[in-house]
Amino acid sequence: MTATALPSRIGIPPTLLHYPYGSAYDEMFASPDVPRAHYQALQRTLLGLRPEELRKVQQAADLTFLQEGITFTVYGSKEGTERIFPNDLIPRIIPAHEWAQIEKGLPQRLTALNLFLRDIYHEGRILTEGVVPRELVYSCKHFRREMRGLNVPRDTYVSICGTDLVRLPDGSFAVLEDNLRVPSGVSYMLANRKVLKRVFPTMFRDYGVSPIDHYPQALLATLRSLAPENSPYPQDPTMVLLTPGVSNSAYFEHTFLAQQMGIELVEGRDLLVHDNVVYMRTTAGPRRVDVIYRRVDDDFLDPLTFRRDSILGVPGLFNAYRAGNVSLANAIGTGVADDKAVYAYVPEIIRFYLSEEPILKNVPTFLLTDQVQRNHVLENMEQMVVKAVGESGGYGMLIGPHSSKQQQEEFRARVLGDPRNYIAQPTLALSTAPCLIDGEVESRHIDLRPYILMGEKVTLVPGGLTRVALRKGSLVVNSSQGGGSKDTWVLRSGNGDDRVAQIGAAAVKAAVEKKLAER
Amino acid sequence: MREMRPPRNYFVRAFRRDAGMLSRVADSLYWMSRYLERAEHTARLVDVELQLWLDQSPEAGAGRWRFLLEALRTPAAAGPIDPTRLVDTLVFSRKNSSSIVSCIATARENLRHVREQCSSEMWEQLNRLYLGVMDARPEEAWMLKSHGFFRGVLEGAHLFQGITDTTMSHGEGWQYIQLGRYVERADTLASLMETHFKRMAQPADQVVESAEYLEWVGLLRACVAFEAYCKAHTAEIRPLRVAEFLLLNPEFPHSVRFSVDRVNAALHIVGDLTERKAKTPTRIAGRLRAQLSFSQIEEIMAEGAYTYLENVRSECAQIHAAIHQVYFDYAIEAELAS
Repeated sequence: MTATALPSRIGIPPTLLHYPYGSAYDEMFASPDVPRAHYQALQRTLLGLRPEELRKVQQAADLTFLQEGITFTVYGSKEGTERIFPNDLIPRIIPAHEWAQIEKGLPQRLTALNLFLRDIYHEGRILTEGVVPRELVYSCKHFRREMRGLNVPRDTYVSICGTDLVRLPDGSFAVLEDNLRVPSGVSYMLANRKVLKRVFPTMFRDYGVSPIDHYPQALLATLRSLAPENSPYPQDPTMVLLTPGVSNSAYFEHTFLAQQMGIELVEGRDLLVHDNVVYMRTTAGPRRVDVIYRRVDDDFLDPLTFRRDSILGVPGLFNAYRAGNVSLANAIGTGVADDKAVYAYVPEIIRFYLSEEPILKNVPTFLLTDQVQRNHVLENMEQMVVKAVGESGGYGMLIGPHSSKQQQEEFRARVLGDPRNYIAQPTLALSTAPCLIDGEVESRHIDLRPYILMGEKVTLVPGGLTRVALRKGSLVVNSSQGGGSKDTWVLRSGNGDDRVAQIGAAAVKAAVEKKLAER
Repeated sequence: MREMRPPRNYFVRAFRRDAGMLSRVADSLYWMSRYLERAEHTARLVDVELQLWLDQSPEAGAGRWRFLLEALRTPAAAGPIDPTRLVDTLVFSRKNSSSIVSCIATARENLRHVREQCSSEMWEQLNRLYLGVMDARPEEAWMLKSHGFFRGVLEGAHLFQGITDTTMSHGEGWQYIQLGRYVERADTLASLMETHFKRMAQPADQVVESAEYLEWVGLLRACVAFEAYCKAHTAEIRPLRVAEFLLLNPEFPHSVRFSVDRVNAALHIVGDLTERKAKTPTRIAGRLRAQLSFSQIEEIMAEGAYTYLENVRSECAQIHAAIHQVYFDYAIEAELAS
């Protein structure tokens, strides 16, 4: 591409004129009006589109989502149970060298956390040596005494993980949360990609984006690697995906993954346990089940062992699991390792088991059981994010700068009442990225959730779900709290970066400067 | 001496591992298909009635509505029937579980529960049809625009069937879709004819004219059979031949015999695929098929068409119950113990 090929209307698109720059790291702009190298081609594409066109493209994409039924459920919302997951059309672009760090850091972290889980459910070395306080682990809501001494296939407790990363103002990535129980959202990652390829085909091709379409196959291989030794067909196990049912917020995802993997999607009522073996009810009679990718929380899995009022689970499942006749992914009791108070110890956990320095850093975290830290937090509530340790999905948290005095008082009382149940972090300026809001490009805060699979080998598909806090200024990206998502483009290493840099970087810069001079 | 214990699960019968599919899924596919067939049938019937109404004197019209309700097995309120309200009941009412909108919504709900079992194209088409009828306003199904509305429903359903046949594997799941469609079709056809014969004079092998002619043509149109009938018997409408065509024709997709043939074929395939000797459903379906294959219309009329159709409907209900009992809702403990 040369300067002559650029459209004549080059400059800051009218849609970008009011794009605000805060203290946060902006994914697109290095400084006002100067886009980073890997965003320049995107800017040129946006320049070529008028606001009406942008709006039309967005409408077409929304229609695709509605017609394909790519929806999720908002609990307690009155406007019907199904809603489309808002999708933003402007991709988030990550250059190869930045991804390389994530690609190393996440497997390291997950390896250490799996070793940690094995340890605390067996010898408890890390507790004996006092690296992690014993009472912190035993007081965790998600610690399952029933798992003590139980061996899981390959010692892999967490096979499927979706870690939340944020980018700090200095441009580095940090881990905000480890989701080690039943992380969701991977289907939206794949759906966003499908739609974007349709909307911006040439730009997609020119950018050299790493493919992510092999995720379902990798997930299937991961599940297969967990086949129990007791299975009559350990090489060819019967695998199923256990869903809580059609009213679950992630039901679309469950159906999508089951279909893409070609395995049965089952509900608790389809399964039964006979003589410590799990069967599903088929038209040809009962069929033995070997591996269950369960999207049901621990509490609801087995009414005989866990919550008695659960109708989503399978009575006797835990005994079958204990007997080694069925495998679960993820294992039971993994929630202890993504407890937000245990999170603070993860760098230590990595050093303890791997004798390595953590590649991805943590966000500073205050433990409220410690009096000094607690007092500091309570004095600075308006600058803190306070979170309940066992919650997810953006429920049970206080965002200091956006909260009222009354809410702060309420959380103060809660923290004092049960300090173990809360942690605090300084309010982070999550990085911002351009988003299409009513045909205008505006900046919104985002995070990144890549998905890691751990079976025979570790698979990290290059990409992830970039979640967007659609409300202006909001820092909460969770879909249950009005968040949306956008496609994440990880550029292929080598020529990917270079190619993008070549695409008329100088020309764009000159045009931008000209536009600035006109103003 | 220690007693030797048999290995674990020794007593559990071994099944071919890939035989069969989830019972719940089979059940949902079956019902999805039944509901969609019902929606299609209702749409066609109401459309035909609204058009016939235009050709008739007001006095003749009044009785029609009651007949329509009866043919669709929808309980009628006492007193005179208001046509607009009636259309609303049959088309839009969510209180009436057999209204077109209710049927399409239930069909979609059933498919939503088993989305991963059908092709994405199928789901998208059924979802589009659903969004379309949910969007429609009552006045669209009345008079001026009614034809467009009903045509939309019929085409939407046909498109779905075509997509199903061309994008879904014709395996066991597809067979349940066939079962649902043809059990429902045989039943609704028998119900429609039963109501019709009750009202009309004994069908004779004579050409009919004027008012009566309209009624018989209406019946044929309600079964998309007018053109196919004309090909077989010319445009001379002889009630006895109409009855024969709709009941016993082996080639026409909206005849009772054709539907029962299909049910029978699907049941045999399902029996083979699941390796279950499905005696009960195949026996009942086989018996009904034999009756329809070897009966002559004159005999049926002599015995009374009404009784004959009653019997067809009762056999359909038995087939339905047997499918349910053998494939969807068997006693699982008994299976494992045997």
